[in-house]
Amino acid sequence: MPDLDTSPPVSDEIRKTTCYMCACRCGIDVHLTKGQVSYIEGNRDHPVNRGVLCAKGSSGIMQHLSPARLRAPLKRTGPRGSGEFEEITWDEAYNLATKWLAPLREKAPEKLAFFTGRDQSQSFTSLWAQAFGTPNYAAHGGFCSVNMAAAGIYTMGGAFWEFGQPDWERTKLLMIFGVAEDHDSNPIKMGLGQMKARGAKVIGVNPVRSGYNAIADQWIGITPGTDGLFILSLIHELLKAGKIDLTYLARYTNAAQLVNVNDGPDYGLFLRDADGKAQILDRATGKPVPFDTPAVTPDLAGHMRRAGSTYKPAFQLLAEAYLDPKYAPEAVAERCGIDASTIRATAAELARVAFDEEITLDIPWTDWKGERHEKMTGRPVAFHAMRGISAHSNGFQTARALHILQILLGSVEVPGGFRFKPPYPKAPEKHPRPHAGVTPGAPLDGPHLGYPLAPEDLLLDANGTPKRIDKAFSWEAPLSAHGLMHMVISNAHAGDPYKIDTLFLYMANMAWNSSMNTSRVIEMLTDRDDSGDYVIPHIIYSDAYSSEMVAYADLILPDTTYLERHDCISLLDRPICEADAAADSIRWPVVEPDRDVKGFQSALCDLGARLGLPGFVNEDGSQKYADYADYMVNHERRPGIGPLAGWRGEDGESEGRGAPNPTQIEKYIENGGFWHSEIPEEARFMKPWNAAYQDWAVKIGLFDAPAPYLFNIWSEPLRRFQRAAEGFGRTQPPDHLRARLKMAMSPLPHWYEPFEETATDTAEYPLHALTQRPMHMYHSWGSQNAWLRQITNTNRLYIPAAEYAKYGFAEGDDLALVTSPHGQITARVAPMAALNPHTVWTWNAIGKKPGAWALAPDAPEAKKGFLLNHLINELLPPKGDGRRWANSDPVTGQAAWFDLRVKIEKAPKGTAQTPSWPAQASPVGRGPETLAYGQSFKSDPST
Amino acid sequence: MTTLPDHTEKKLGLAIDLDTCVGCQACVISCKEWNTGHYGAPLSDTDPYGADPSGTFLNRVHSYESQPETGPAQLTHFPKSCLHCEDAPCVTVCPTGASYKRTEDGIVLVNEDDCMGCGLCAWACPYGARELDALAGVMKKCTLCVDRIYNDNIPEQDRIPSCVRTCPANARHFGDFADPNSNVSRLKAERGGIALMPEQGTKPVNTYLPPRAKSAPTGALTPVAEEPKGFLAWLDRALEAL
Repeated sequence: MPDLDTSPPVSDEIRKTTCYMCACRCGIDVHLTKGQVSYIEGNRDHPVNRGVLCAKGSSGIMQHLSPARLRAPLKRTGPRGSGEFEEITWDEAYNLATKWLAPLREKAPEKLAFFTGRDQSQSFTSLWAQAFGTPNYAAHGGFCSVNMAAAGIYTMGGAFWEFGQPDWERTKLLMIFGVAEDHDSNPIKMGLGQMKARGAKVIGVNPVRSGYNAIADQWIGITPGTDGLFILSLIHELLKAGKIDLTYLARYTNAAQLVNVNDGPDYGLFLRDADGKAQILDRATGKPVPFDTPAVTPDLAGHMRRAGSTYKPAFQLLAEAYLDPKYAPEAVAERCGIDASTIRATAAELARVAFDEEITLDIPWTDWKGERHEKMTGRPVAFHAMRGISAHSNGFQTARALHILQILLGSVEVPGGFRFKPPYPKAPEKHPRPHAGVTPGAPLDGPHLGYPLAPEDLLLDANGTPKRIDKAFSWEAPLSAHGLMHMVISNAHAGDPYKIDTLFLYMANMAWNSSMNTSRVIEMLTDRDDSGDYVIPHIIYSDAYSSEMVAYADLILPDTTYLERHDCISLLDRPICEADAAADSIRWPVVEPDRDVKGFQSALCDLGARLGLPGFVNEDGSQKYADYADYMVNHERRPGIGPLAGWRGEDGESEGRGAPNPTQIEKYIENGGFWHSEIPEEARFMKPWNAAYQDWAVKIGLFDAPAPYLFNIWSEPLRRFQRAAEGFGRTQPPDHLRARLKMAMSPLPHWYEPFEETATDTAEYPLHALTQRPMHMYHSWGSQNAWLRQITNTNRLYIPAAEYAKYGFAEGDDLALVTSPHGQITARVAPMAALNPHTVWTWNAIGKKPGAWALAPDAPEAKKGFLLNHLINELLPPKGDGRRWANSDPVTGQAAWFDLRVKIEKAPKGTAQTPSWPAQASPVGRGPETLAYGQSFKSDPST
Repeated sequence: MTTLPDHTEKKLGLAIDLDTCVGCQACVISCKEWNTGHYGAPLSDTDPYGADPSGTFLNRVHSYESQPETGPAQLTHFPKSCLHCEDAPCVTVCPTGASYKRTEDGIVLVNEDDCMGCGLCAWACPYGARELDALAGVMKKCTLCVDRIYNDNIPEQDRIPSCVRTCPANARHFGDFADPNSNVSRLKAERGGIALMPEQGTKPVNTYLPPRAKSAPTGALTPVAEEPKGFLAWLDRALEAL
């Protein structure tokens, strides 16, 4: 046998940073050999991934070395879409940007629309936009999952997503709704593995049985868009059987608060005392008292009359609503595509585990009213949900229904249930209200985004016209807490509500897979007015790679790869906290860029200084932050509170609060790229009501004063908007929106048919059409990745096996015409049995435009891959009333991607690919013909 | 022809949990990135950015749909790499002695210096677990990360194959099947680990832990009352009992 060295050197050095192949933010150990990245593995000490790493993370080498990397600032030379550019210097780039932007700031800041994609530096980019003074700023949440975020915040002060997690250690039953690969990708896999090892059960609710649903103990193949109805039927069953946690409801929710039930302007509002405090009935005396009165047992069963009005505890309105026979399993079964017996059995199983398998932790704690509890009672049923339920026009109320189910079971923030991660929980009232007050030459009057509590918080001018280009926080989408990025290009092109001058985008492929109606969006981006100028005059874009969007911009600011940059994954933004700990992290340049590129945030520091933006210049007008790293260390949002919470103070000994520490980044690097501080044991559960948690949150700087609150089973803010739609109050919606708002802004969640479905002849378009991202490409840019694209470089439309047979598809004879009310594409199909019988689906964002991503124009992604985006419109089919009705959730404006209806038919022989595009020029050339990565750093290159 | 050892001291291999594997491909890529930079020639890729990208992988995940006798159709993710067979036909078929099975731990390896790339071993392997590297012209296969598992330059807890270390769902387990008390032997016994294609007589060391039987709850809840009024009466009683 050959003499084998089983102990060869692994690498020359390990540098620890944070992954950025998706939004998971895992810790990574980057091995360097001879100065090159030679191996990337998970950081075992890191709180997010504890050593594991997914396929994306492990393929980071190929992302870092992608031939699609931009090399220098680019100025467009050909027409938009051609891909023809010249390389320019950063000075030239900044001069051009300043030439366009400085006059806007002086005269009309709203003519800049600045929207960012999947970066996680919103607390920084929003600061820049606020200083510029434009109201037109948001990140990509509007087309991502704002329904999930907003429903969670308004209902319970926190959402699924990465803002909370199942109690993976203790839960005995996990029910997941509409979860494909999504936030948090590695923690979910780790958690499922942990549950499997313990013998805990998983129920997957999803039209498609793939991924997590494939390993679920039970799969419920629901019909898309009906999750809310299914959930309300589960609630119906639980209520009817009395399987609800009354103690939890009375103590920790507004179930006991007295609601006016007389028809009229006061219907649905809480009875309040002179101090504005909502009232509850004291079960001992039958008298109303403020909700926060200590040592009172709230009554859920009584009612009272005062000044001619009747008041009932909110719980009674909830019970009346959901005990209605319309939510009985038999009544919803067919619509949901789930047997009534399955619905009944699922409710029974939830109740059995929640109440018969109750767990207790002997951890004494004190609640917000000062009452001491000797133990923590847990209901070991956890839920998780993502885009499958939220990307529908009924997604907000569906997500809210799911939270009500969790709350009725008493399984939020208890052992075994769903747990928040700091900075959540946080009541909606503790979030800012949105702002759009523009003063030329000055900053905006406050933060752009927030959580409206009443119609007066909307961003409308005196005529009721939306102040924002995306019409966020207007009557069309009152609670659009993340803005509506998917409406920006369409509205800017239409000049509705006004025209803009410069569209400035970061890391969002809006000319391709991140837009609905891609073909039409491309027309909008390239459309010219009568004088031959582009309708959207200027487009600035920052990306690290030669994406489709690059070709449609006039000026490109080239970003770095994730291994070449500084970033902070900040408590001010979307940190990496765990349910048991606060944590944040950094990226730092573990390798230096070999191109003339710059982290986008550093470029904004430069550009902000050139524009003289307050906060980006010193008093003498000089540049305040040399780069993003300088900002990360030295920016203070409030005194002592900065982007990074670890090693603060001049001595570096403080956590959360403290003066800027010039060696802070070095400290993070020494600690593996992250900071982690455990929540005290008595503060780890019951967080919204736990005095120890509230005190800890103040100490760490999450809030400045304790802010306990109750969960909102009855949402008074929603009722305030509904009330306006009924004609009450000062701020009134336009008449054409009244009926829709009255329906949508219901203070108790309810289910309604998705709008696209109502507007479509479902006999002609009988199938629901969905997408998901492959796990190995989720939230990443996989097509340019030499390793990942070998796993997936084409997609097929998976259709129910019966449909496959009906149309006579066969292998090699599998091209279909897929038609929606909005368009037609060609797609190759494949049969799938583990699929809802009314649903087709495909992998998203596999199809690429020829010439993009430094791929050969005849790459399979361009020739065989396809997007469903061409079939989805940002507007609903015209109703004949002459109005533009958005294909969005009416509460939040979230893009209703998954409301799509299609029909399929076999494509006649010889049908050409539809749509098809001429190849765009590649500003970065093409990749090499072969790769043998690792050859150059092997110790003996001959072996 | 190359001979197999009569006996190996250890039988190192993998227990792969098909009940837990979500098909995320993490093991596939982690394997590629470790092995392209370590043992032997790099795992090359041809036309990596073109019309027909194709490269060498030592581990691939396949997905199969099946219809059980009762219940809905299922999807199973099936990672596949060399199974380090006790009677490895890829070794006995090798004309140069390049393919061999180590006596100390049973790992099947290719000594690339002696491999002429004839491909006979790949033909002989019933599992399709070997791939001829298009650029290097040598046969590549899973080494169980032989350059990790004994490597003094790696922290002890990480002396496991790259695929095992990275697996997010903990669906891959590495150990010694010759030791009945090892983690993998216990998992194999507890979960009824199965050999892949036993009829081939290759006696694979790797084992697959089959998907657990799926089950759906049955039963239904009993109403506290039939009328809404009855519910309020129940509520009152229930609150009184708290």
